[in-house]
Amino acid sequence: MNEDWVLYEVFIRSRSGLEHKHVGSLHAADARMAIEHARDVYTRRQEGVSIWVVPSSEIVASDPLEADALFEPARDKVYRHPTFYAIPDEVKNI
Amino acid sequence: MSATAQAGVAQVSTAERVQYLLRLADTSLIAGQRLAELLGHGPTLEEDLALGNISLDLIGQARLLLSLAGRIEGNGRDEDALAFLRDAPQFRNMSLAEQPNGDFAATIVRQCLLDAWQLETYESLTGSREEALADIAHKAVKECRYHWRFSAGWLVRLGDGTEESHARVEAALGALWRFTDELLTPDALDARMAVCGIGPAPGLISERWEARVGAALAEAKLQKPPHQHYPWHGKRGVHSEHLGHLLTEMQFVPRAYPGATW
Repeated sequence: MNEDWVLYEVFIRSRSGLEHKHVGSLHAADARMAIEHARDVYTRRQEGVSIWVVPSSEIVASDPLEADALFEPARDKVYRHPTFYAIPDEVKNI
Repeated sequence: MSATAQAGVAQVSTAERVQYLLRLADTSLIAGQRLAELLGHGPTLEEDLALGNISLDLIGQARLLLSLAGRIEGNGRDEDALAFLRDAPQFRNMSLAEQPNGDFAATIVRQCLLDAWQLETYESLTGSREEALADIAHKAVKECRYHWRFSAGWLVRLGDGTEESHARVEAALGALWRFTDELLTPDALDARMAVCGIGPAPGLISERWEARVGAALAEAKLQKPPHQHYPWHGKRGVHSEHLGHLLTEMQFVPRAYPGATW
Protein backbone atom coordinates (compact mmCIF):
# COMPACT_ATOMS: atom_id res chain seq x y z
CA MET A 1 0.00 0.00 0.00
CA ASN A 2 1.36 3.35 -1.03
CA GLU A 3 1.57 5.60 2.01
CA ASP A 4 0.33 8.52 -0.10
CA TRP A 5 -3.08 6.86 -0.24
CA VAL A 6 -5.37 8.18 2.46
CA LEU A 7 -8.27 6.58 4.27
CA TYR A 8 -11.83 7.38 3.18
CA GLU A 9 -15.07 6.53 4.96
CA VAL A 10 -17.74 5.11 2.68
CA PHE A 11 -21.48 5.73 2.91
CA ILE A 12 -23.96 3.84 0.72
CA ARG A 13 -27.62 4.59 0.05
CA SER A 14 -29.24 1.22 -0.49
CA ARG A 15 -32.42 2.51 -2.14
CA SER A 16 -33.81 5.83 -3.24
CA GLY A 17 -35.52 7.54 -0.33
CA LEU A 18 -33.37 5.93 2.32
CA GLU A 19 -30.42 7.58 4.02
CA HIS A 20 -26.76 6.94 3.29
CA LYS A 21 -25.30 4.52 5.82
CA HIS A 22 -21.71 4.07 6.84
CA VAL A 23 -20.47 0.75 5.45
CA GLY A 24 -16.72 0.84 5.99
CA SER A 25 -13.53 2.49 4.88
CA LEU A 26 -10.89 2.11 2.18
CA HIS A 27 -7.69 3.61 0.83
CA ALA A 28 -7.48 5.76 -2.29
CA ALA A 29 -5.24 8.37 -3.86
CA ASP A 30 -8.07 10.89 -4.30
CA ALA A 31 -11.83 11.29 -4.17
CA ARG A 32 -12.48 9.95 -7.66
CA MET A 33 -10.52 6.80 -6.95
CA ALA A 34 -12.29 6.47 -3.61
CA ILE A 35 -15.68 6.45 -5.36
CA GLU A 36 -14.46 3.82 -7.81
CA HIS A 37 -13.00 1.68 -5.05
CA ALA A 38 -16.21 2.02 -3.04
CA ARG A 39 -18.17 0.90 -6.08
CA ASP A 40 -15.91 -2.12 -6.53
CA VAL A 41 -15.62 -3.08 -2.87
CA TYR A 42 -19.04 -2.26 -1.44
CA THR A 43 -21.62 -2.43 -4.26
CA ARG A 44 -20.70 -5.71 -5.96
CA ARG A 45 -23.95 -7.31 -4.86
CA GLN A 46 -26.26 -4.42 -5.73
CA GLU A 47 -26.02 -2.95 -2.26
CA GLY A 48 -26.47 0.62 -3.39
CA VAL A 49 -27.75 3.34 -5.68
CA SER A 50 -25.57 6.17 -4.38
CA ILE A 51 -22.12 6.49 -2.81
CA TRP A 52 -20.61 9.15 -0.59
CA VAL A 53 -16.95 9.15 0.38
CA VAL A 54 -15.40 11.39 3.00
CA PRO A 55 -11.72 11.60 3.97
CA SER A 56 -11.55 9.96 7.39
CA SER A 57 -9.43 12.84 8.64
CA GLU A 58 -12.36 15.21 7.98
CA ILE A 59 -14.62 13.35 10.39
CA VAL A 60 -14.87 15.00 13.79
CA ALA A 61 -15.66 12.41 16.45
CA SER A 62 -16.92 12.69 19.98
CA ASP A 63 -14.39 11.93 22.67
CA PRO A 64 -15.00 8.52 24.31
CA LEU A 65 -13.80 10.00 27.60
CA GLU A 66 -16.72 12.42 27.49
CA ALA A 67 -19.26 9.68 26.92
CA ASP A 68 -20.71 10.00 30.42
CA ALA A 69 -21.30 13.71 30.07
CA LEU A 70 -22.67 13.43 26.56
CA PHE A 71 -24.89 10.38 26.79
CA GLU A 72 -25.70 9.53 30.42
CA PRO A 73 -28.20 12.36 30.92
CA ALA A 74 -30.49 10.90 28.22
CA ARG A 75 -30.69 7.49 29.80
CA ASP A 76 -33.56 8.16 32.24
CA LYS A 77 -35.66 10.27 29.87
CA VAL A 78 -37.69 7.57 28.15
CA TYR A 79 -40.46 10.04 27.45
CA ARG A 80 -38.32 11.38 24.64
CA HIS A 81 -38.84 8.17 22.67
CA PRO A 82 -41.71 8.37 20.19
CA THR A 83 -43.09 5.07 21.48
CA PHE A 84 -46.39 6.58 22.59
CA TYR A 85 -47.68 6.93 19.06
CA ALA A 86 -49.31 4.25 16.94
CA ILE A 87 -47.45 3.97 13.61
CA PRO A 88 -49.70 3.17 10.63
CA ASP A 89 -48.80 -0.08 8.90
CA GLU A 90 -48.26 1.73 5.62
CA VAL A 91 -45.31 3.68 7.00
CA LYS A 92 -42.12 1.78 6.38
CA ASN A 93 -38.51 2.32 7.35
CA ILE A 94 -39.03 3.92 10.73
CA MET B 1 -37.70 -8.66 -36.60
CA SER B 2 -38.58 -6.51 -39.59
CA ALA B 3 -38.51 -7.74 -43.19
CA THR B 4 -35.45 -5.64 -44.03
CA ALA B 5 -33.60 -6.94 -41.00
CA GLN B 6 -34.38 -10.52 -42.05
CA ALA B 7 -33.04 -9.74 -45.49
CA GLY B 8 -29.87 -8.25 -43.97
CA VAL B 9 -29.03 -11.24 -41.82
CA ALA B 10 -29.99 -13.61 -44.64
CA GLN B 11 -27.30 -12.09 -46.86
CA VAL B 12 -24.54 -13.74 -44.87
CA SER B 13 -23.93 -17.40 -44.13
CA THR B 14 -24.40 -19.02 -40.76
CA ALA B 15 -20.68 -19.73 -40.65
CA GLU B 16 -19.88 -16.05 -41.15
CA ARG B 17 -22.28 -14.98 -38.39
CA VAL B 18 -20.72 -17.54 -36.03
CA GLN B 19 -17.18 -16.41 -36.89
CA TYR B 20 -18.09 -12.81 -36.22
CA LEU B 21 -19.67 -13.64 -32.85
CA LEU B 22 -16.60 -15.66 -31.91
CA ARG B 23 -14.40 -12.60 -32.49
CA LEU B 24 -16.41 -10.69 -29.92
CA ALA B 25 -16.90 -13.62 -27.54
CA ASP B 26 -13.30 -14.81 -27.57
CA THR B 27 -11.92 -11.30 -27.10
CA SER B 28 -14.03 -10.93 -23.95
CA LEU B 29 -13.23 -14.45 -22.75
CA ILE B 30 -9.46 -14.21 -23.20
CA ALA B 31 -9.26 -10.70 -21.73
CA GLY B 32 -11.37 -11.90 -18.80
CA GLN B 33 -9.11 -14.89 -18.24
CA ARG B 34 -6.01 -12.65 -18.36
CA LEU B 35 -7.46 -10.40 -15.66
CA ALA B 36 -8.53 -13.44 -13.63
CA GLU B 37 -4.84 -14.40 -13.47
CA LEU B 38 -4.34 -11.30 -11.34
CA LEU B 39 -6.81 -12.34 -8.63
CA GLY B 40 -5.00 -12.13 -5.33
CA HIS B 41 -2.08 -10.31 -6.97
CA GLY B 42 -3.54 -6.81 -7.38
CA PRO B 43 -1.41 -3.98 -5.99
CA THR B 44 -4.03 -3.28 -3.31
CA LEU B 45 -7.15 -5.01 -2.07
CA GLU B 46 -9.30 -2.39 -3.78
CA GLU B 47 -7.59 -2.71 -7.17
CA ASP B 48 -7.62 -6.48 -6.86
CA LEU B 49 -11.40 -6.39 -6.53
CA ALA B 50 -11.74 -3.88 -9.37
CA LEU B 51 -9.74 -6.09 -11.76
CA GLY B 52 -11.72 -9.13 -10.60
CA ASN B 53 -15.04 -7.35 -11.19
CA ILE B 54 -13.95 -6.39 -14.72
CA SER B 55 -12.82 -9.94 -15.37
CA LEU B 56 -16.24 -11.25 -14.32
CA ASP B 57 -18.02 -8.73 -16.56
CA LEU B 58 -15.94 -9.88 -19.52
CA ILE B 59 -16.50 -13.56 -18.84
CA GLY B 60 -20.23 -12.85 -18.49
CA GLN B 61 -20.22 -11.20 -21.93
CA ALA B 62 -18.32 -14.17 -23.33
CA ARG B 63 -20.88 -16.63 -21.93
CA LEU B 64 -23.79 -14.83 -23.59
CA LEU B 65 -21.95 -14.45 -26.90
CA LEU B 66 -20.66 -18.03 -26.99
CA SER B 67 -24.12 -19.38 -26.20
CA LEU B 68 -25.55 -17.32 -29.03
CA ALA B 69 -22.80 -18.48 -31.42
CA GLY B 70 -23.50 -22.10 -30.45
CA ARG B 71 -27.25 -21.68 -31.04
CA ILE B 72 -26.73 -20.10 -34.47
CA GLU B 73 -24.15 -22.72 -35.42
CA GLY B 74 -26.69 -25.43 -34.60
CA ASN B 75 -24.22 -28.25 -33.94
CA GLY B 76 -25.12 -28.66 -30.29
CA ARG B 77 -22.05 -26.86 -28.92
CA ASP B 78 -22.82 -24.82 -25.80
CA GLU B 79 -20.77 -22.07 -24.16
CA ASP B 80 -18.62 -24.58 -22.28
CA ALA B 81 -17.87 -26.67 -25.36
CA LEU B 82 -16.83 -23.52 -27.22
CA ALA B 83 -14.75 -22.10 -24.37
CA PHE B 84 -13.03 -25.26 -23.20
CA LEU B 85 -12.90 -27.70 -26.10
CA ARG B 86 -11.47 -25.56 -28.91
CA ASP B 87 -7.73 -25.29 -29.52
CA ALA B 88 -5.82 -22.05 -30.08
CA PRO B 89 -6.21 -21.91 -33.90
CA GLN B 90 -9.99 -22.03 -33.48
CA PHE B 91 -10.02 -18.98 -31.22
CA ARG B 92 -10.92 -15.69 -32.88
CA ASN B 93 -9.96 -13.17 -30.19
CA MET B 94 -8.09 -9.99 -31.00
CA SER B 95 -4.34 -10.54 -30.48
CA LEU B 96 -4.24 -7.67 -28.00
CA ALA B 97 -6.48 -9.56 -25.55
CA GLU B 98 -4.06 -12.47 -25.16
CA GLN B 99 -0.97 -10.37 -24.40
CA PRO B 100 0.48 -11.11 -20.95
CA ASN B 101 -0.30 -8.94 -17.94
CA GLY B 102 3.31 -7.78 -17.52
CA ASP B 103 3.60 -5.04 -14.93
CA PHE B 104 0.60 -3.00 -13.79
CA ALA B 105 1.28 -0.40 -16.50
CA ALA B 106 1.17 -3.07 -19.24
CA THR B 107 -2.10 -4.45 -17.87
CA ILE B 108 -3.62 -0.97 -17.79
CA VAL B 109 -2.46 -0.06 -21.31
CA ARG B 110 -3.77 -3.34 -22.74
CA GLN B 111 -7.12 -2.88 -21.01
CA CYS B 112 -7.35 0.76 -22.00
CA LEU B 113 -6.81 0.09 -25.72
CA LEU B 114 -9.19 -2.87 -25.60
CA ASP B 115 -11.83 -1.18 -23.42
CA ALA B 116 -12.06 1.73 -25.86
CA TRP B 117 -12.57 -0.71 -28.73
CA GLN B 118 -15.16 -2.77 -26.86
CA LEU B 119 -17.02 0.32 -25.71
CA GLU B 120 -17.31 1.78 -29.21
CA THR B 121 -18.05 -1.62 -30.74
CA TYR B 122 -20.84 -2.53 -28.32
CA GLU B 123 -22.24 0.98 -28.47
CA SER B 124 -22.58 0.52 -32.22
CA LEU B 125 -23.84 -3.08 -31.91
CA THR B 126 -26.85 -1.97 -29.87
CA GLY B 127 -28.30 -1.23 -33.34
CA SER B 128 -27.22 -4.56 -34.87
CA ARG B 129 -29.63 -6.44 -37.08
CA GLU B 130 -28.56 -9.60 -35.26
CA GLU B 131 -31.17 -8.89 -32.63
CA ALA B 132 -29.87 -11.22 -29.93
CA LEU B 133 -26.46 -9.57 -30.36
CA ALA B 134 -28.03 -6.11 -29.97
CA ASP B 135 -29.56 -7.28 -26.66
CA ILE B 136 -26.18 -8.48 -25.40
CA ALA B 137 -24.59 -5.20 -26.54
CA HIS B 138 -27.11 -3.20 -24.48
CA LYS B 139 -25.92 -5.01 -21.35
CA ALA B 140 -22.24 -5.01 -22.28
CA VAL B 141 -22.01 -1.32 -23.12
CA LYS B 142 -22.80 -0.31 -19.54
CA GLU B 143 -20.07 -2.58 -18.25
CA CYS B 144 -17.62 -1.32 -20.86
CA ARG B 145 -18.26 2.28 -19.87
CA TYR B 146 -17.05 1.48 -16.38
CA HIS B 147 -14.09 -0.53 -17.66
CA TRP B 148 -13.00 2.43 -19.75
CA ARG B 149 -13.45 4.82 -16.84
CA PHE B 150 -11.24 2.56 -14.73
CA SER B 151 -8.46 1.92 -17.25
CA ALA B 152 -8.36 5.43 -18.72
CA GLY B 153 -8.30 6.83 -15.18
CA TRP B 154 -5.24 4.75 -14.41
CA LEU B 155 -3.62 5.60 -17.75
CA VAL B 156 -3.77 9.27 -16.78
CA ARG B 157 -2.57 8.62 -13.23
CA LEU B 158 0.42 6.62 -14.46
CA GLY B 159 1.23 8.78 -17.49
CA ASP B 160 0.92 12.01 -15.55
CA GLY B 161 2.39 10.48 -12.38
CA THR B 162 6.00 9.95 -11.41
CA GLU B 163 8.99 9.60 -13.71
CA GLU B 164 8.93 5.85 -13.07
CA SER B 165 5.21 5.39 -13.78
CA HIS B 166 5.44 7.52 -16.92
CA ALA B 167 8.39 5.50 -18.23
CA ARG B 168 6.60 2.21 -17.58
CA VAL B 169 3.34 3.21 -19.20
CA GLU B 170 5.21 4.67 -22.17
CA ALA B 171 7.11 1.40 -22.64
CA ALA B 172 3.89 -0.61 -22.44
CA LEU B 173 2.23 1.65 -24.98
CA GLY B 174 5.16 1.22 -27.36
CA ALA B 175 5.04 -2.56 -26.99
CA LEU B 176 1.27 -2.98 -27.39
CA TRP B 177 0.46 -0.37 -30.02
CA ARG B 178 1.12 -2.74 -32.94
CA PHE B 179 -1.93 -4.80 -31.89
CA THR B 180 -4.34 -1.89 -32.35
CA ASP B 181 -4.17 -2.14 -36.15
CA GLU B 182 -6.18 -5.37 -35.95
CA LEU B 183 -8.88 -3.69 -33.87
CA LEU B 184 -9.31 -0.79 -36.23
CA THR B 185 -8.78 -2.19 -39.72
CA PRO B 186 -11.81 -4.10 -40.95
CA ASP B 187 -11.05 -7.28 -42.89
CA ALA B 188 -13.34 -9.05 -45.38
CA LEU B 189 -15.57 -10.55 -42.68
CA ASP B 190 -15.95 -7.22 -40.84
CA ALA B 191 -16.90 -5.61 -44.15
CA ARG B 192 -19.49 -8.32 -44.87
CA MET B 193 -21.02 -7.83 -41.41
CA ALA B 194 -21.19 -4.09 -41.95
CA VAL B 195 -22.93 -4.44 -45.30
CA CYS B 196 -25.70 -6.62 -43.88
CA GLY B 197 -26.16 -4.41 -40.81
CA ILE B 198 -24.89 -6.88 -38.23
CA GLY B 199 -21.56 -5.14 -37.58
CA PRO B 200 -20.53 -1.46 -37.32
CA ALA B 201 -20.16 0.68 -40.43
CA PRO B 202 -16.61 0.65 -41.83
CA GLY B 203 -14.40 3.31 -40.30
CA LEU B 204 -16.85 4.16 -37.51
CA ILE B 205 -15.03 2.30 -34.76
CA SER B 206 -11.57 3.50 -35.75
CA GLU B 207 -12.71 7.13 -35.91
CA ARG B 208 -14.33 7.01 -32.46
CA TRP B 209 -11.54 4.91 -30.99
CA GLU B 210 -8.87 7.35 -32.23
CA ALA B 211 -10.73 10.28 -30.69
CA ARG B 212 -11.33 8.53 -27.37
CA VAL B 213 -7.84 7.09 -26.97
CA GLY B 214 -6.20 10.24 -28.35
CA ALA B 215 -7.86 12.40 -25.70
CA ALA B 216 -6.84 10.01 -22.91
CA LEU B 217 -3.23 9.90 -24.15
CA ALA B 218 -3.07 13.68 -24.27
CA GLU B 219 -4.40 13.95 -20.73
CA ALA B 220 -1.88 11.30 -19.66
CA LYS B 221 0.94 13.35 -21.27
CA LEU B 222 1.78 10.43 -23.56
CA GLN B 223 2.71 10.55 -27.23
CA LYS B 224 0.67 8.43 -29.62
CA PRO B 225 3.13 5.88 -31.03
CA PRO B 226 3.59 5.76 -34.83
CA HIS B 227 1.36 3.39 -36.78
CA GLN B 228 2.67 -0.16 -36.72
CA HIS B 229 1.53 -3.06 -38.80
CA TYR B 230 1.08 -6.46 -37.17
CA PRO B 231 0.26 -9.08 -39.79
CA TRP B 232 -0.68 -12.06 -37.55
CA HIS B 233 -4.28 -11.52 -36.70
CA GLY B 234 -5.90 -13.35 -33.81
CA LYS B 235 -9.30 -12.61 -35.25
CA ARG B 236 -8.44 -14.89 -38.15
CA GLY B 237 -7.05 -17.57 -35.82
CA VAL B 238 -3.34 -16.71 -36.09
CA HIS B 239 -2.18 -16.20 -32.53
CA SER B 240 0.95 -15.33 -30.60
CA GLU B 241 2.48 -18.08 -28.46
CA HIS B 242 0.82 -16.58 -25.40
CA LEU B 243 -2.66 -17.88 -26.19
CA GLY B 244 -1.62 -21.55 -25.97
CA HIS B 245 -0.25 -21.07 -22.46
CA LEU B 246 -3.36 -19.22 -21.38
CA LEU B 247 -5.65 -21.96 -22.74
CA THR B 248 -3.61 -24.69 -21.07
CA GLU B 249 -4.48 -23.21 -17.71
CA MET B 250 -8.05 -22.19 -18.56
CA GLN B 251 -9.04 -25.50 -20.14
CA PHE B 252 -7.20 -27.93 -17.90
CA VAL B 253 -10.02 -28.99 -15.57
CA PRO B 254 -12.79 -29.57 -18.16
CA ARG B 255 -10.38 -31.54 -20.33
CA ALA B 256 -8.85 -33.62 -17.54
CA TYR B 257 -12.26 -34.30 -15.96
CA PRO B 258 -14.84 -34.16 -18.77
CA GLY B 259 -18.33 -33.32 -17.57
CA ALA B 260 -17.17 -32.48 -14.03
CA THR B 261 -19.56 -30.21 -12.11
CA TRP B 262 -19.31 -28.45 -8.80
